[in-house]
Amino acid sequence: MTQRTPIATGSDWNFETLTDYEHEIARLADEYRLDTYPNQIEIITSEQMMDAYASVGMPVGYHHWSFGKQFLSVEQAYRRGQMGLAYELVINSDPCIAYLMEENTLMMQVLVMAHACYGHNSFFKGNYLFRTWTDASAIVDYLVFARKYVAECEERYGVGAVEQLLDACHALQNYGVDRYKRPSPISAEEEARRQTEREEYLQSQVNMLWRTIPLSQALDTPLAENDEDPLGLHQQGRYPEEPQENLLYFIEKNAPLLAPWQREIVRIVRKLAQYFYPQRQTQVMNEGWATFWHYTLMNRLFEDGLVDEGLILEFLQSHTAVVNQPGFDSPHYSGINPYALGFAMFSDIRRICEAPTDEDREWFPDIAGSDWLETLHFAMRNFKDESFVQQFLSPKVIRDLKLFSLVDDDSEELLSIEAIHDERGYQRVREALSLQYALSVREPNIQVWKADIRGDRSLTLHHVQDRRRPLAKSVYPVMRHLHHLWGFPVKLASLEGGDIVRRYQWPLPDKASEK
Amino acid sequence: MSYFIDRRLNARHKSAVNRQRFLDRYRTHIKRSVEEAVNRRSITDLERGEKVSIPARDISEPVFQHGPGGERTIVSPGNREFVEGDRLRRPAGGGGGGAGEGSASDQGEGMDEFAFSLTREEFLEFVFDGLELPHLERKQLVDLEEVHPVRAGISRDGVPSRINIVRSMREAQARRIAMRAPIRRALREAIEALETEERKDPVLRNPSRVTELKAEIERLEKRLESVPFIDTYDLRYNHLVNQPQPSNKAVMFCIMDVSGSMTQSHKDIAKRFFLLLYLFLERNYEKVELVFVRHHTAAKEVDEEEFFYSRETGGTIVSSALTLVDEIIAKRYPAAQWNLYVAQASDGDNWDDDSTTCRQLLVKSLMPRLQYYTYVEITPHAHQALWEEYESVQDDFPERFAMRQIVEAGDIYPVFRELFRRRAEA
Repeated sequence: MTQRTPIATGSDWNFETLTDYEHEIARLADEYRLDTYPNQIEIITSEQMMDAYASVGMPVGYHHWSFGKQFLSVEQAYRRGQMGLAYELVINSDPCIAYLMEENTLMMQVLVMAHACYGHNSFFKGNYLFRTWTDASAIVDYLVFARKYVAECEERYGVGAVEQLLDACHALQNYGVDRYKRPSPISAEEEARRQTEREEYLQSQVNMLWRTIPLSQALDTPLAENDEDPLGLHQQGRYPEEPQENLLYFIEKNAPLLAPWQREIVRIVRKLAQYFYPQRQTQVMNEGWATFWHYTLMNRLFEDGLVDEGLILEFLQSHTAVVNQPGFDSPHYSGINPYALGFAMFSDIRRICEAPTDEDREWFPDIAGSDWLETLHFAMRNFKDESFVQQFLSPKVIRDLKLFSLVDDDSEELLSIEAIHDERGYQRVREALSLQYALSVREPNIQVWKADIRGDRSLTLHHVQDRRRPLAKSVYPVMRHLHHLWGFPVKLASLEGGDIVRRYQWPLPDKASEK
Repeated sequence: MSYFIDRRLNARHKSAVNRQRFLDRYRTHIKRSVEEAVNRRSITDLERGEKVSIPARDISEPVFQHGPGGERTIVSPGNREFVEGDRLRRPAGGGGGGAGEGSASDQGEGMDEFAFSLTREEFLEFVFDGLELPHLERKQLVDLEEVHPVRAGISRDGVPSRINIVRSMREAQARRIAMRAPIRRALREAIEALETEERKDPVLRNPSRVTELKAEIERLEKRLESVPFIDTYDLRYNHLVNQPQPSNKAVMFCIMDVSGSMTQSHKDIAKRFFLLLYLFLERNYEKVELVFVRHHTAAKEVDEEEFFYSRETGGTIVSSALTLVDEIIAKRYPAAQWNLYVAQASDGDNWDDDSTTCRQLLVKSLMPRLQYYTYVEITPHAHQALWEEYESVQDDFPERFAMRQIVEAGDIYPVFRELFRRRAEA
């Protein structure tokens, strides 16, 4: 047994011990080839943690009541002891900002450093979604720009007007993302410089689009035999020609009545939604990866004799709580715990590489027996939750978690168990779980179908139903917000197999006829 | 590479603005909830903040979501007895509890109530929102001991902590320009003269002149250097003057009946009423003085501690209290300088004949000097002589005399609001 020379004992910490531990973790992380942004580790109080929480972890943000609401509920839960504050918060930025709460014990601080500063941090830097969709070096500057811009607008146009606009944008922010196209990187400097330029340009584009006098080429097109539309003004192709997935982008560029500053705010919300887009798709992986590494690194610290038995026991207790997965029928059940699933999967990948069984050789011929670190890095870099599950969920993990898949069809009297953790079920459970993490299945698929630029200027959206699932009632308030942005009637049609099954519109038809 | 930053001393309450925005936005909701809270709990609890809840649907942030219905597959952990092909009944209660939970689309439907805590300050602000002392007048401005420092331009003298750096540097620069300009001019002339001298044919050159000029140049350069960068003469200070603040001086007399006829619950209600009044005044008016008078057969001026927390019994002579108030006014609060308010709580019991005395005291002596008189009678029973006499006072002074009846604790807050609501007229 190695001679133990722990850097510190007990639960108190100070900056020297933290620095020493950080140093050791960095050394070990380097051994495991964890490539990270520089770490900026900030010690904060619990109150500051609540502040950070309320602003979705952003160090700066524009003002909005919804963040206040968030703050109040966090505060309430914390005060009443319903919830411990997460002891870590980490921001995908360069340098990577991680918060440590001063109330944490020494063990907790070391754990958080391993988890956030090396786990999450290397994930942010390595994963393809983050590399593609976010620009870690620019985000803090951009947030500062956004905050300043919104504050200026509030001063100039009133808090009420800005708030209403932000409400509307927030309602649509999940649809403010380019899912298939790589966005151009954001840069605060660039934004500020181009912003005036863009205002003018955008406005001129919109003006072109909404010109009421028909263009000459419209006259060149053959006249349609239509009494209501003798000049064929409405016969032009649909606008937009292709359905648009990015609602906020479409609004920013095409909404007829928005003032330039309003377009800019739509853009800000859109850019921030874009920034958070990868996080929503990599929760299992991100947490699994960070949990795997804090577990590995903490154990290494123990093996190297740098922490004492007390600390490692405290750690194991905390770690066990984090990766606990209650069963579906437990009163504590609230969905699949991403820490548990992610940790189980990454640990299992390592096991498959190091000690493959026959089953693993059959299921994972490529990775069974390969270099585990290489494989783990490969998995971290090139997948998101959906594809990660699809690719790496092994029968062993399915068995360990006793996963089963259940079909709830409202046209059937009874629920049916489709697959369980047995030979026949593995493949189907894996498929189903993968789909469960697919954003395209989780969120309704809604796209801009048509803007009636020559008629009543109404905007039509199409919702392609997924397995007959309708929209929730919240569709009406969202439509109201959309109407607020668009300025003219908005319509939404739900399609099932190409046929329209439901229509929604705002303003509501009876209201419109009264006017 | 890593570095630590200690942010603990940085500003907290970064969310204060957002929090306030939220409170403003849901003002009406919160107010309703606060009102319920005030009626529900004992007023002594008002010192604390309050947990407030408002319907979650009113403050939800809507997004496009999947609703119930259609077909969905849910993967859950912890299978025990299910095998493939099992059919099971839908769990009772809205859309299938166990089934719905696994799916992210059900997020946001959460709790029905959004609960949060207001701080004491915020809570009291909602409690006393829209209330004020009626008929408050600016009485006399002579007694202006209250002053407020106001910026009054720039001065040449002051204490170092008030140095106005920008102005001082500007002065310094102006002075430097002004002082250096003539020296520079002389220097330029001397240099030119020297150059002309040196351009001359060596034969014609006057060596003593050259030396003279060189000395002059040297002297001037020294002088130029010796102009100080900043001088005490340049210093400018922010000037503050103490501006007298006009104040509306007001005094509130709180009269409470503590006689034997007041049952414990009556006294409790009266105390709660006054506590509410006390909190209201303490919070809104720094310059309001409070005088506490309690009476049974005899009246006594007491401090607030005794007023709220000690017990007494005995008969009731209301006029004793009114006389005492009258005396205190005469002695300490001349009506010309003070806004005078009286709030009285009683169960309506009074010594025979005393009620008439009360009316006369009020009509003749007190009411002409008072801004506002409120009377709350705490009784579930029929009114007695005192109420009737007071009614006639109200007829005489409809603007300045208000009376209400409180039957149970729940009435306190509504009655209080009614008595002190902000009036439209000035």
